[in-house]
Amino acid sequence: MIGSVLLLALQAIRRNVLRSSLTILGIVIGVAAVITMVTIGGGATAKVTADVSSLGSNLVDVRPGQGPRPGGASETAAMFKIEDAEAIAREISGVAAVAPAASQTMQAIVGSANWSTTVTGSTNEYFRVRNWQLASGRQFTEGELRGGGAQCILGATVRTKLFGNQDPLGASVRLQKLSCQVIGVLAAKGQSSFGMDQDDTVLVPLRMLQRRVAGNVEVSMISVSARDGVSVDKVQRDIEQLLRERRRITLGKDDDFHVRSMQQLVSTLAGTTQVLTALLGAVGAVSLLVGGIGIMNIMLVSVTERTREIGIRLAIGALEREVLLQFLVEAVVLSSFGGVIGILLGLGAAAAGTVVLEVPFVFNPTIVAVAFAFSALVGIVFGYFPARQAARLDPIEALRHE
Amino acid sequence: MSPFGQPNGLVIELKNVDKVYGTGGAATHALRGIDLAIDRGEFVAVMGPSGSGKSTCMNILGCLDTPTSGTYLFQGVDVGRLSRNQRALLRRHALGFVFQGFNLLNRTSALENVELPLIYRGAPAGERRARAGQALAAVGLTGREAHTPGELSGGQQQRVAIARAIVTDPAILFADEPTGNLDSAMSLEIMALLTGLNAERGITIIMVTHEPDMARFAKRIVNFRDGRIEQAGHAKEMVG
Repeated sequence: MIGSVLLLALQAIRRNVLRSSLTILGIVIGVAAVITMVTIGGGATAKVTADVSSLGSNLVDVRPGQGPRPGGASETAAMFKIEDAEAIAREISGVAAVAPAASQTMQAIVGSANWSTTVTGSTNEYFRVRNWQLASGRQFTEGELRGGGAQCILGATVRTKLFGNQDPLGASVRLQKLSCQVIGVLAAKGQSSFGMDQDDTVLVPLRMLQRRVAGNVEVSMISVSARDGVSVDKVQRDIEQLLRERRRITLGKDDDFHVRSMQQLVSTLAGTTQVLTALLGAVGAVSLLVGGIGIMNIMLVSVTERTREIGIRLAIGALEREVLLQFLVEAVVLSSFGGVIGILLGLGAAAAGTVVLEVPFVFNPTIVAVAFAFSALVGIVFGYFPARQAARLDPIEALRHE
Repeated sequence: MSPFGQPNGLVIELKNVDKVYGTGGAATHALRGIDLAIDRGEFVAVMGPSGSGKSTCMNILGCLDTPTSGTYLFQGVDVGRLSRNQRALLRRHALGFVFQGFNLLNRTSALENVELPLIYRGAPAGERRARAGQALAAVGLTGREAHTPGELSGGQQQRVAIARAIVTDPAILFADEPTGNLDSAMSLEIMALLTGLNAERGITIIMVTHEPDMARFAKRIVNFRDGRIEQAGHAKEMVG
């Protein structure tokens, strides 16, 4: 019976191609919207995660103050000292590298070229902790680090702004009043997901920044990378414990510093983009619902218009459930066909969108399956009522219908 | 032959059949105590003015409707006790219908129209096509299989409808004003076709008509008036 009903439904759809294609338009748009939104959203999530991992997935950042929290009072916490970083490296197990750092926004000048950038003073550990590679040149020497030498390593953006296509190695850059020799160039990382240009930076030895620029011995951030296979959470807890002791925070008082792991950041950001994806998907689902109502509307019109046809079918011996099934199958075939077209359109639009937005194209088979199943379900749900109307017609009345 | 097939004897027997529409004061008696028996192989014309009850009687005979009281035996089966679905199955396997307005599916080829009852019977595609082709040949439409109703004349459309009605080898063919929408030349063609099917294939035909010229082709005429059978008799004697 299923075979013959399917045949009848396909015949009926074929008999009215234009109306059938208009009927499924709503479903096509709904499914395409869901697929596009969710696929692009998934790509954005993947990009955010990849970006944050490029900072170093084992990275733990320690900063003074209670950190960003809603309604937090302004921070007056004391900065760290180099000794704090040394203590972390010495006393906490599972730590691969510790890089104390301080930064300032400064004017970098080469000849007539002038660029405002963030100058970070740190040690060679910084490369390892922050996943920086050198495109050319070398890291700082021990002597340069200890003596606070006037050497610097340029980020890719700063290099381009100041030197254009010329080789900067060996040249000198003026950072405000200080003249620094360029000893290396960092490999480009590109824009972070927060929209910040990570390559807009200059690295100098920490002591140089402290002594010659800031005139203090403060460290504004300690970046720690945990060893592979070591629990980042444990390292984070141990650092908190150690710093509480060193900063003499009595029991019951809040930390005046905060330790944040990149894993936390990844999950926070991924959570945010997932919420966005879900919202976009929900918008698509609403249009799918509207598409379903469109199908019901057309099917109801179709039942009225085909009353005589239904009368003929009933008169020549179609069972009530066969007529019901035929109209139901028509609705489901239409809506799932719309679903398939919508999926193809959506994937195409998502592929184009990911190129424009520069996020990876992440094919999500689950959402494709869900969208297809949902479109078929829309056909069943919204096709049932009209199908029942058709099946319950009185053949005598239906045959008399003009 | 149909599963209900018996070589001879009564196909249809109405016993004191009433049909009442509405209830109480608004009740309308469409049929009042109808008794009618039809033998296998008969060709009966049902006549009468509109409102005389002939359409109601045809609906009951065609198992599309049930009597309010009295019994309708179709090949010995009490149709009044059958469910809607059982009556649908009875129509599917034993009855064929031809209507005044042809009632073919639009934008559907003649062959597909004729195949329709076979689809409901679950016949395989090859058998369907062969039998539909034979039925179209029997009504003289070989070569028109692919034409849609819009591409056929009224007479040809009615022949497609007849092919659709006989493709299942029904025990009875019900024809409701089969020539009502046709000019006289085409009407005569259709009547010749029906007479031939009755004579050659032994298909029992019950035809509603208001035209005495058409009723003359039948072997027997039943006249309705005010919900009663006013007169029944041999066609030749009645319309002369």
